[in-house]
Amino acid sequence: MTIAVVRFPGSNCDDDARHAFEFVLGAAVRFVWHRESALGDADAVVLPGGFSYGDYLRGGALAALSPVMDAVRRFAERGGPVLGICNGWQILTEARLLPGQLARNPALHFKCQDVHLRVERDDLLFTRRYRKGQILRVPIAHNEGRFYVDAPTLARLEDSGRVVFRYVDEAGLQSDDANANGSVNAIAGVVNERGNVLGMMPHPERAAEALLGSADGAPLLRGILDHLAGGRPSA
Amino acid sequence: MSVRESAASFGLSEEEFDLVADHLGREPNALEAGVFGALWSEHCGYKNSKPLLRRLPTQGPQVLQGPGENAGVVDVGDGWAVAFKMESHNHPSAVEPVQGAATGVGGILRDIFAMGARPVAVLDSLRFGEPTEARNRYLLHGVVEGISLYGNAIGVPTVGGEVAFHPCYQENPLVNVMALGYLRHDELKRGTVGEVGNHLIYVGSKTGRDGLGGAVFASADLSDASDADRPAVQVGDPFMEKLLLEACLEAYGRGLVAGVQDMGAAGLSSSVAEMAHRAELGVDLYLDRVPRREEGMSALEVMLSESQERMLLTATPGREKALLALLERWELDAVVVGAVKANGRLRLFEGQRLVADMPVAALNEPPTYTRQGVEDEEVRRLRETPVDVPETADPAGALLRLLESPTVASKEAVFRRFDHQVMTNTVVLPGQADAAVLRIKGSPLGVAATVDCNARYVRLDPRLGAAHAVAEAARNLSCVGATPLGVTDNLNFGNPYLPEVYYQLEQAVAGLAEACEALGTPVTGGNVSLYNQYRDGSGYRSIHPTPTIGMVGVLPDVQRRATTGVKRDGDVIVLVGEVTGELGASEMLYRLHGLEIGAPPALDLEREAAVQKVVRGLIQEGVCDTAHDVSDGGLAVALAEMAMAGGRGLDVSLPSEPGARDDALLFGEAPARIVLALPGESAAARAEARCRAAAVPCYRLGLSGGQELRLRTVRGAFAVPLASLLAAYHRPLPEALG
Repeated sequence: MTIAVVRFPGSNCDDDARHAFEFVLGAAVRFVWHRESALGDADAVVLPGGFSYGDYLRGGALAALSPVMDAVRRFAERGGPVLGICNGWQILTEARLLPGQLARNPALHFKCQDVHLRVERDDLLFTRRYRKGQILRVPIAHNEGRFYVDAPTLARLEDSGRVVFRYVDEAGLQSDDANANGSVNAIAGVVNERGNVLGMMPHPERAAEALLGSADGAPLLRGILDHLAGGRPSA
Repeated sequence: MSVRESAASFGLSEEEFDLVADHLGREPNALEAGVFGALWSEHCGYKNSKPLLRRLPTQGPQVLQGPGENAGVVDVGDGWAVAFKMESHNHPSAVEPVQGAATGVGGILRDIFAMGARPVAVLDSLRFGEPTEARNRYLLHGVVEGISLYGNAIGVPTVGGEVAFHPCYQENPLVNVMALGYLRHDELKRGTVGEVGNHLIYVGSKTGRDGLGGAVFASADLSDASDADRPAVQVGDPFMEKLLLEACLEAYGRGLVAGVQDMGAAGLSSSVAEMAHRAELGVDLYLDRVPRREEGMSALEVMLSESQERMLLTATPGREKALLALLERWELDAVVVGAVKANGRLRLFEGQRLVADMPVAALNEPPTYTRQGVEDEEVRRLRETPVDVPETADPAGALLRLLESPTVASKEAVFRRFDHQVMTNTVVLPGQADAAVLRIKGSPLGVAATVDCNARYVRLDPRLGAAHAVAEAARNLSCVGATPLGVTDNLNFGNPYLPEVYYQLEQAVAGLAEACEALGTPVTGGNVSLYNQYRDGSGYRSIHPTPTIGMVGVLPDVQRRATTGVKRDGDVIVLVGEVTGELGASEMLYRLHGLEIGAPPALDLEREAAVQKVVRGLIQEGVCDTAHDVSDGGLAVALAEMAMAGGRGLDVSLPSEPGARDDALLFGEAPARIVLALPGESAAARAEARCRAAAVPCYRLGLSGGQELRLRTVRGAFAVPLASLLAAYHRPLPEALG
């Protein structure tokens, strides 16, 4: 079982993702360089956070055009699990693997803080270890995290249950304050129609160990391993 | 104009010009004069501060690398080491706050990875004029944005720091950035050219005219370009530096690199000269091979450019091709620009033409000056002025006013703009404790770091104030449970040619030396920033002397640590140290009465060491998980901070001291004081026994619980709801940042 973590020049959460999968969860991780055109023996793919190509144009815009993304697209089409975190979600939207766009935070500056998330689906490979309505505490760290889609697409996403996480307060309620980056419908993560490509702004890999303040993100990563192990819990 | 006549434009005095001529055996040409001028500048050559800095203790069993390299390195145990260094970017930040601060981060990170370490954390010590003025808010906003854009993008967390405000920094903000990196002992790299036959490899950004602003570069006849074309401030590219960082670390790991140095102040000149000097060898440098981003640059411009994100490497003999191939894979410009020679000379070539020929040793050994310092009579008068202010009738109101002093207030609004968690090592987040705590993956150890200085203390008594800065830094580390290991100092002062400023510098260094000696924290490197002054009517006034102390310590077990917030109701609140503080030089006197008078509190370094040892012992043994030092604003502010951070109230009685005023009890300041919250009777008794054994005073103040801070003295009691404390504490910085 191998998790491929794609490294774009400027990725900076690549090693954090590796650490979470490899040292916390005991999975094998392989880095894949952005210029590679195949993913090899990868069983799941992570697009990590960071500032790919410096993000001087628009978050994820250049990375979406790199050779490795063709391989990621083929992998996703075959049903392979793909998790895009932060800049990784930006790349997935730029590559049109997920709908919508991540715009600048309304405050127009970078925000690094813990947020609370409400789990909206617990039947996905990513969320099978959560229960619907569960409240997670996970950090965000981004400048461009305000999820936006047009009204018809939003209705389609909501109607088909493709919203996976929403920003809420500690009690699980939505509010303007809790919606840290002003995302439409407080959306913090969405999945594709097939349910195998997840994009999210919060960082589950930063919340994988109690020592760092929260382990609420670990079940998400472990869910991927469960799935790869054939649906049985991996540990 | 002859070269001699324009010596001043190169930053050389007449005497220095003669000295250069002596070294060369002839008069220097303009290029040589320019290179000497830059390397003999204060920034590179420390000519006014070096004789003073020799007084600092630099040795210790934990020191793996002391001053003289790109950064200091201390042993933290288990084969791990920490490289750390602090540097200022004050003047660039005053001119262009965003890029000034951004390149400050970039520069210090290069110093860290030049030691073979992976940078893991940044801390900032920032000082501005009062945020009531738009100009200062603009500078604050820009500096925070600059740190944010560079640190966040390169993916090194900003884990702590301090932000202080005072009118003396009005036009001259201080931006001191400290960085830390981890390395295994056997991964230590040094800035050396290695051996004869090696080549020097230039890697990174192309060289442009940026960073050619200073006084050493005021002569227009050196280049066809006009001065207006030269941006004084460098522009940072964190993306390029990220590539450079990863490429260098990969190259070290493969054993391809023999020596490495970043190109910082004075660019190529200083990096080549220093690398050659450490190996006691010479270098032939081929200027036309240096990658350039602009046409028509003169040789001197190429030598002095401070374009960012550039490093100089020497390959391990026989591995040069492999090194160049690796750098190319990271899509970096990498070019052989020089060859190492035995002759001990730095020779510059344009094509086949030898255009400069200078002895390496002379470039690195500028003349040094020892001046006569004289204390400013005005400062002496202020220090000796008796503190005679009426006692406040409204202690609750006074406490709230202190909490909303921008220097005391919460810095959360600032820290939230910095990524403080990337790299997943940050165990204690900014604002949660007196120091940042990081883990080392795969090891039980923790690393703690802090930056500190109370510049008002230093101004009123430079020697005592500087010692206080060291004591407070060590206290902050002790409060998280770390054993202090080493210091990097950033000496921000005014113009050293003024006897009053030289006096401050001389006295402050003496104070640093005493405190570092007493607390067992050798200085492993640092930075001197002089000429920090601002225009005041017709003349210039110096900033408050500000010797910022960066300190690093180790936690034997990162699981056993302490933070500021009280974690349980019913915890016993214990003060280790004396109850009463002094009003002289205090934040209370400044904020409530507008006075900066009186002497800073006396500092007994033996007592300080004893208090710190008791506290970190209790934390390291797992007896205590809540500790906070008493600093700006005294006991009342410290207790309020513990209550706010824990989200629970405290009910506390301060014992009376004969003759003490209530405001000295509540808001007076003194070193060697730490408040603990201990979980239950047996832990409290253990702490008290430990204090007795160490002959350290210790007082039970009360218990935690409720939703208000209730403070009693013999003269009365007052209570403030947590919500009011929090509102005051969190108001100023969001307003200042906009």
